[in-house]
Amino acid sequence: MPQFDLTKLLFGRLSWESIPFHDPILLGTFAMVALGGAGMIGALTYFGQWGGLWRNWITSIDHKKIGIMYMILGLVMLMRGFADALMMRAQQAMAFGDNAGFLPPHHYDQIFTAHGVIMIFFVAMPLVTGLMNYVVPLQIGARDVAFPFLNNFSFWMTAFGGGLTMVSLFIGEFARTGWLAYPPLSGILASPDVGVDYYIWSLQIAGVGTLLSGVNLLATIVKMRAPGMSLMKMPIFTWTALCTNVLIVAAFPVLTAVLGMLSMDRMLGTHFFTNDMGGNAMMYVNLIWIWGHPEVYILILPAFGIFSEVVATFCSKRLFGYTSMVYATVVITILSYLVWLHHFFTMGSGASVNSFFGITTMIISIPTGAKIFNWLFTMYRGRIRFELPMMWTIAFMITFVIGGMTGVLLAVPAADFVLHNSLFLIAHFHNVIIGGVLFGLFAGINFWFPKAFGYKLDDFWGKCSFWFWVVGFYLAFMPLYVLGLMGVTRRVSRFEDPSLQIWFIVAAFGAFLVLLGIASMLMQFYVSYRNRDALRDVTGDPWGGRTLEWSTSSPPPDYNFAFTPRVYDNDSWADMKASGYQRPRSGFMAIHMPKNTGAGFVIAALSALVGFALVWQIWLIAGLGMIAMIAAVIVHTFNYKRDYYISADEVTRTEDSRTRLLDAHA
Amino acid sequence: MTSLLARRGLRLLIPFLPVLLLSACNTVVMKPSGDIAAQQANLIVVSTVLMLLIIVPVIALIILFAWRYRKNNTAATYTPDWDHSTRLELVIWGAPLLIVIALGLITWISTHVLDPYRPLQRLDAARPISMDTKPMIVEVVALDWKWLFIYPEQGIATVNELVAPIDVPIRFKITASTVMNSFFIPALAGQIYAMPGMQTTLNAVINKPGIYEGFSANYSGAGFTDMRFKFHGKDQAGFDAWVKSVKAGTVAGASASPAAGALDRGVYLELEKPSEREAVRRYSSVAGDLYNAILNRCVVPGTPCMNETMAADAHANHHPGADTKATVPAGSAPDEIRTTPSTSVRKSPHAPI
Repeated sequence: MPQFDLTKLLFGRLSWESIPFHDPILLGTFAMVALGGAGMIGALTYFGQWGGLWRNWITSIDHKKIGIMYMILGLVMLMRGFADALMMRAQQAMAFGDNAGFLPPHHYDQIFTAHGVIMIFFVAMPLVTGLMNYVVPLQIGARDVAFPFLNNFSFWMTAFGGGLTMVSLFIGEFARTGWLAYPPLSGILASPDVGVDYYIWSLQIAGVGTLLSGVNLLATIVKMRAPGMSLMKMPIFTWTALCTNVLIVAAFPVLTAVLGMLSMDRMLGTHFFTNDMGGNAMMYVNLIWIWGHPEVYILILPAFGIFSEVVATFCSKRLFGYTSMVYATVVITILSYLVWLHHFFTMGSGASVNSFFGITTMIISIPTGAKIFNWLFTMYRGRIRFELPMMWTIAFMITFVIGGMTGVLLAVPAADFVLHNSLFLIAHFHNVIIGGVLFGLFAGINFWFPKAFGYKLDDFWGKCSFWFWVVGFYLAFMPLYVLGLMGVTRRVSRFEDPSLQIWFIVAAFGAFLVLLGIASMLMQFYVSYRNRDALRDVTGDPWGGRTLEWSTSSPPPDYNFAFTPRVYDNDSWADMKASGYQRPRSGFMAIHMPKNTGAGFVIAALSALVGFALVWQIWLIAGLGMIAMIAAVIVHTFNYKRDYYISADEVTRTEDSRTRLLDAHA
Repeated sequence: MTSLLARRGLRLLIPFLPVLLLSACNTVVMKPSGDIAAQQANLIVVSTVLMLLIIVPVIALIILFAWRYRKNNTAATYTPDWDHSTRLELVIWGAPLLIVIALGLITWISTHVLDPYRPLQRLDAARPISMDTKPMIVEVVALDWKWLFIYPEQGIATVNELVAPIDVPIRFKITASTVMNSFFIPALAGQIYAMPGMQTTLNAVINKPGIYEGFSANYSGAGFTDMRFKFHGKDQAGFDAWVKSVKAGTVAGASASPAAGALDRGVYLELEKPSEREAVRRYSSVAGDLYNAILNRCVVPGTPCMNETMAADAHANHHPGADTKATVPAGSAPDEIRTTPSTSVRKSPHAPI
């Protein structure tokens, strides 16, 4: 008869020892987070904004607001992920010989794991998804996404997944396994503590959000394009979003399954990936990279789309080779499934298998190279305006070809045997993820910010941010290429050879410049907000845009377009402007719209509670939470008040005020 | 073939200073002392040069076009509607394709020639050997968090110290006790993973006497940072003398702990327990079946060996009607046998060509 233990029932593995009181870095961080949180709660209460926050944002099913919330989530998590990066750079710059640095392995190992997980899942993914959410419906002339409620739910799942990762900072600890948590290291024998469980449940919860958001955007692009917009008239950003969401829908279930099997190994005693009883850890490695490699294309494809829009717009020229751009995107999408093994050439596959995956990897560089050439020839005989988005694009093109070159080098198996897991590899993938994805997102943020908020971003601070980021990036990562060739491997917390130190110091200085770049970006947001009247754009088309999102007001009305536009060309807005398009000024009709709901937030919050309870093995709360979640879903299905009409009068009022504004500035 | 390309490549390399600057620092990967690693370094140079053929013009064009077609330069031609040229498209897709075809050929050949499982065919560029040449065997076990090296032919074992004669082909058989590591001596040859229950192989040769760095190149937990060892390349006489002194338990050297005696299962099970920053240990003799027991996860007496379990499973699977409980090897627990479908576990993921 097992003894009844109330504490265990209510708290599971959780105890006061789980709170890291002994770690001054964490306590300091906690104090800051607590102060900041209290300040924010105080401000919200003082200004009476709780109701507004709930009605206008948390429960919003408007794709534009959800897009903005995704962007905020990504930028906030960027601070956390970058703080991890700074600590790693500082540790590696100082920990030589007898100096152990300021981070013991126990803490350092959590930091590099958290850095990878956060940067990929909770920075890059939300930023990419946020931009797609905001821009895609506008580009295809739609009123919202296909499933507006699902969109809200997806966002909150992602946000609460990120939240669970953040909770691990102060309650318990995070995984010490590296960002992909290879077993047997992540198995119950080598990692019996809660770190890997936090990893699993954070990603499982966020993964549901990502998958559903992928389904949603896919359905939106396939079914909701404006009349006349055939597939080959879609803007390139929408094309890349389509391919990315195909990848998400096909790849994320693999991640869910493989993490599910890992958690079964850990909790139920199964033997999928264990050393004994017929388990095989290499199966995990294969499966996680079958998700993981498409994942990097999930991130980079939308960035390619952003650059395509930016280059055409700021060169005031049609995009060169639209068709070959589309085919290149589709080819990359397909090939991204045929290369996963290049992440582990060194695990003993045969020479023919390694060659196959090496060569398929190289083949991806052909369509990618074609894209670079297409942007290049878009610039050729254009009129290039070096606004911020274009500056980011030029920086990207130069940086990315370098990263692409080192990537192809790593794809040569025999070369990979000496470069695998080295700092050369670290330099390579930061070269393409920062130089590709992040630069693309920054180009996108500077490009579409005026659309979302009605005023441009400040140029001076934007340029500061640009130069700090670009110079900082090169200083931070070029030394890592050298260190890789000096035989330095990744995830090492202390070094013996003093000749390495100078390179790590340069890299740390680069990271410091990136810090200034991030600070300048925050400053840019603040200054732009302060000077919003001077920076205001009333036209809705501040850059001479070419696609439909620039045809409506900035910010767009709730319904995006009073009349669904008709499309005749892939640069439809440029085409409309050229053929003397007149904005309709009368004849508005009522518009059918979806209604806000709090169900997504509630279900996602409950799932985070269940996740937390599973991490700490508080089975009672996990069970009750699960029941509550199912109940919330059922209750939501009985909610019939899901839509409303914006009356013709209100549409007329909104459109008339825009007419007056445009006339006043004509 | 690769070295010829490399020499031609070097001439092309001259305009590309950054790569040359690298040679100024101590880049062991590019200037190794073992023939396999040297060929891998050549391959890096050749591939880089091939790619620079296209990368350098592209970067130059990006800068040129960005400057030439800036908005203020109204003298430059402006064709806002020009967006297609079949001839350019052919170049755009064709040029990278040609480079990839060349690189693909190099990849196919080099991957097979430098396959770690492939017996060596040369000691260095000037000294071919027959593929039947018998290599020296070293059995490598990655433990938490130290390296165990067993020399079955010499009958000795060491911890965190690897010694080998120069210009003798070495075949490493590699496995691990609990988690994945990667066995890497940059001066000698590329790395290969050390994984529990599986065996990987690395064939290599060291050409210059010296002391080189070896370490785990795959993060394996708390003691990973210090999971390093020195690899000593000695001439044959030096190696023989070293083996002799290990056997006699009289190795000179202040850092070494006293000779540790015989390595049997009991001693191994003690050694296997997690520990960090272990000093060098040398065992004057080693149990002959120890490595196989580690590989098949049956060092603890009474545990079934994986290879025997798999053989029993394979036997059972091939005779569907047969009694599946038949032929259980002695010492194994019969109820654990059938949980492992024989196809799901491969002792060695790859067999030599």
